[in-house]
Amino acid sequence: MSAAALDVRAVWKYFGDFPALRAVTLGVARGECLAMLGRNGAGKTTLLKILAGQSSPSQGDVSVFGQAGRTEAARRKTGVLGHGIGIYDELTARENLELFGRIYGVPDAKRAALDWLERVDLKHVADARAREFSRGMRQRLAVARAFLHEPDLLLLDEPFTSLDDRSIALLQRLLAGRLAAGSTVIMSTHQLREAMELATHWALLVRGKMVHKGERTPEILADPTWVYRNYGEDS
Amino acid sequence: MGQVLTIAWKDLRSELRTKESINAAAAFSMVILVLFSFVLDIAGDSREFAGGLLWLVFAFAGALVLNRSFAREQPNDCLDALVASPLPGWALFLGKAIANFALLAIVEAVALPVFGILFNANWLRFPGWIALTCALATWGMTVIGTMFSALTVNLRLRELMLPVLVYPMLIPVLMAAMKLTTSMLTGEGVTADDWVWVKLLIGFDIIFTSLSLALIDVILVS
Repeated sequence: MSAAALDVRAVWKYFGDFPALRAVTLGVARGECLAMLGRNGAGKTTLLKILAGQSSPSQGDVSVFGQAGRTEAARRKTGVLGHGIGIYDELTARENLELFGRIYGVPDAKRAALDWLERVDLKHVADARAREFSRGMRQRLAVARAFLHEPDLLLLDEPFTSLDDRSIALLQRLLAGRLAAGSTVIMSTHQLREAMELATHWALLVRGKMVHKGERTPEILADPTWVYRNYGEDS
Repeated sequence: MGQVLTIAWKDLRSELRTKESINAAAAFSMVILVLFSFVLDIAGDSREFAGGLLWLVFAFAGALVLNRSFAREQPNDCLDALVASPLPGWALFLGKAIANFALLAIVEAVALPVFGILFNANWLRFPGWIALTCALATWGMTVIGTMFSALTVNLRLRELMLPVLVYPMLIPVLMAAMKLTTSMLTGEGVTADDWVWVKLLIGFDIIFTSLSLALIDVILVS
């Protein structure tokens, strides 16, 4: 079994003539929690979409758990939480989770849906339509959707956005649980402190280029803006 | 097959809760039928062209249903969540096509009796044939419409683009359905000469269903 959860080799992505990603190379080991940093427009979302199989690279290769390309097996092991929450407004919270439970082949989708609604503190509104939820509740439901099948790889794009402090603590607890179970987590974020508390590694994208990837050190945890001062456009 | 039915269930449940497109399509078909009944001389031999009129109504009303098919996935980026899931593209397509087929069938079931009354047409004379014609032609419309709904989902003018792209593709289906329906309404029934239209519908359905299933992954992953 390959030790790498993710292997990205010389990936380019063009939108028209504009290169959103420029020869990005990145390796992520199993069990790693990578905080992917970068200013707006640096290419974080584009890279995450390619890793999730939602977009194909213009050049270069991506392999997930040793399997090249967009395979069904890799997608089954991956949980994705993107900018959009991926929740159907006309379905109830329970129906949304049961739907994705069935799609991901969760053995008892009904039971798993109820279990996760309880874990994200939404059991009391299980039969309410998602359109009636507040922004924070919708984000918590989206978190439950992404974690429902207990994925080996979690790809999270700005997961802390729209969450209040209680929900941020809940998400951090859930992420810590997945990491303890051996999952790999890659999250893009601007909320450096919350991300660095969990991260084992960090990477920085600047205008589509991966300028650094390394371990999270105590000095970064103490002052996360150190990253931009030393490696970013501010340096 | 379970995943196909899961997607079909999801689409039907969402649509039947909001009734956004089905109400619009049913109301639109009623309005067109009523307007044509004022304009055309139904005391004369309207059965000669009533089949054509009926399928034009189904095609125009169908566009309202088909337009919503992939557009329904746009709020909250639900399509991205489905594309990132292990759901195969063909299962997503088939699930959506089955849901669209059911919705179009409901619209047709509502419009047919009204059409019969307004145009004095005995559409129940050959129930088996009318059911077969409706099923084959509606599946053809559904497959093409669902495919182009996926293609146009990210276009700003998708409501405009879908009919522009879909109607030329539907000409063979509509021709066959109009010919067969006219034969039934005039009381001749489906003759040996009409079999070519039945074969055309079957061939169209097989070819375009296969093509759509083969191409849908390329369309969904940019």
